[in-house]
Amino acid sequence: MSAKTKLPTGQEAIEVKGWLGAHRYLILRRLSQSFFLFLFLMGPWFGIWWVVGTLAGSRTFGVLPLTDPLVLMQGLAAGHWPELTAIIGALIVLAVYALIGGRVYCSWVCPINPVTDAAHWLHDKLGLQKGWQPKRSTRYWILGAVFAVSALTGTIAWEVVNPVTMVHRGLVFGMGFAWALVAAIFVFDLLVARRGWCGHLCPVGAFYGLLGSKSLLRVSAVDRAACDDCMDCFAVCPENQVISPALRGKPGETPLILSPDCTNCGRCIDVCSVDVFAFTHRFDNHVKTDEQVADKAA
Amino acid sequence: MSATSKPMSPQRRRFLTDTARMAGGCVVAGSALAYLVSDAKALPAEALRPPGALPEDDFLAACIRCGLCVRDCPYDTLSLAELGADGIATGTPFFTARDVPCEMCDDIPCVAACPTGALDPGLTNIDDAQMGTAVLVDQENCLNFLGLRCDVCYRVCPVIDEAITLELSHNDRSGHHAIFAPTVHADKCTGCGVCEKSCVLPEAAIKVLPVRLARGSSAEHYLKGWEEQDAKGAPVVEGIIDLPDRLPGPGTDNLAAPGGFEPAFKLPGAGQ
Ligand code: SF4
Ligand code: SF4
Ligand code: SF4
Ligand code: SF4
Ligand code: SF4
Repeated sequence: MSAKTKLPTGQEAIEVKGWLGAHRYLILRRLSQSFFLFLFLMGPWFGIWWVVGTLAGSRTFGVLPLTDPLVLMQGLAAGHWPELTAIIGALIVLAVYALIGGRVYCSWVCPINPVTDAAHWLHDKLGLQKGWQPKRSTRYWILGAVFAVSALTGTIAWEVVNPVTMVHRGLVFGMGFAWALVAAIFVFDLLVARRGWCGHLCPVGAFYGLLGSKSLLRVSAVDRAACDDCMDCFAVCPENQVISPALRGKPGETPLILSPDCTNCGRCIDVCSVDVFAFTHRFDNHVKTDEQVADKAA
Repeated sequence: MSATSKPMSPQRRRFLTDTARMAGGCVVAGSALAYLVSDAKALPAEALRPPGALPEDDFLAACIRCGLCVRDCPYDTLSLAELGADGIATGTPFFTARDVPCEMCDDIPCVAACPTGALDPGLTNIDDAQMGTAVLVDQENCLNFLGLRCDVCYRVCPVIDEAITLELSHNDRSGHHAIFAPTVHADKCTGCGVCEKSCVLPEAAIKVLPVRLARGSSAEHYLKGWEEQDAKGAPVVEGIIDLPDRLPGPGTDNLAAPGGFEPAFKLPGAGQ
């Protein structure tokens, strides 16, 4: 093992690409999260009502309706056929995420993501153990249970406890007890289970994952031949089980990260000092050949 | 299949136990969620739903808790229930009449805003709204019942003289005044809560309650004789003998009220 493997995660990328280059997508992502939150806050804060409502349902510029399809589908399961406005809103959201990857919602929009990211950062700093690791499929089970309970009780069940919409509503309308949920998720991710909430439990993430499983936008390990096994991408990826199949694929196997769990956060692109990863589309199977790599090195 | 004769493969056993474990966990978590959800159906009594809200059961399946109705209410009447603070139907819209009542907008912007129909777009005339029903809950403190002329709840009512009337009766205490009892007519009351908001007492003597709390229901098998008689235009039972009523007063055997009195008016249709 070379000495550089002992460098902290991302250090090498910073040395090669500069701090900004090694945090490009992270910065863009934080900007995007702030932007979407700010859109909703402009009304209550400054009286600019471009966007009214919450992530569960909103109206932009008085005309464009957007509806969280998961919430609406729970309503359907509970036996309510919604008005057209809500249906159109949900179809728009469905189409967008089906195209760019469902879990783009998770890493670029969801207000809980900064909380779980912060918990993970602290978890790393404190060098804590992995902790309890429920199976990653647990979230699908929870998603199923949510629909079952909705149907059985005739209510939109998950909304009674959903921290995602509750925190967003709290930020936009004024926070009650929802702070406690944020704190609970933070503590859970910090002390109980590493990447516990988003990576294993959240049914919203599960739903959007399924939604984007055939999405166009994908991360690809185009230059996987250049990989020097520093493992930094595995360390930063919130769903690092998705990397191996693409990165360690045999010649002829796709370099695309096709798992619906990938959140398209782009951190793997940031953190790789030899630029193995890049955003591309799902039909772009090409891998840089050894010659190209050699050319680059020369 | 030979699965029974061969020992189960480790992966298969693993898969089955995992599945069982997950399913078990889901049943437990699901039951907990169902418990919370059913608890959520018990809104506090003072929380009223916006106009046009579907019956509570349907409402909880329809409202996506977006807050658009809240935003479009020009009077800031509505708020979204917060976890912990307002009972547990988290995120659903409600208002508290005593704080900010509904001003019964003609164009009902809250209903127009609702994307799902949780607030029924079929409600086009705000006078048909049934957010609740006002009830004069405390006759002992209501100033009008004490024989004073307060009348505030009556005068502020947007459906004055239909939803609420002042019913005149004799004031026994003073002997020569009248009591103007504020009287709510539930079929016309929209439950907007303006009366409750305006009651001058430190704690309102008239309160708007959800319909289920405010109203009884009449049993199907009770027929109101006078209505039947009106409808039929003749006595309900043919050939019934009308016995003298035992009213207090001269010529009756009711000694408790010597002298008695002639009723000032007769109930319509009441046989004497
Ligand atoms: S997994 Fe859930 S909480 Fe995490 S980012 Fe996605 S939607 Fe938000
Ligand atoms: S792709 Fe290889 S070189 Fe790049 S970060 Fe991952 S392990 Fe390191
Ligand atoms: S594979 Fe890359 S883009 Fe996908 S979640 Fe992991 S770090 Fe983010
Ligand atoms: S009718 Fe008007 S005042 Fe009443 S809740 Fe709706 S928007 Fe608010
Ligand atoms: S607008 Fe409709 S769906 Fe949205 S919070 Fe109000 S009642 Fe619920």
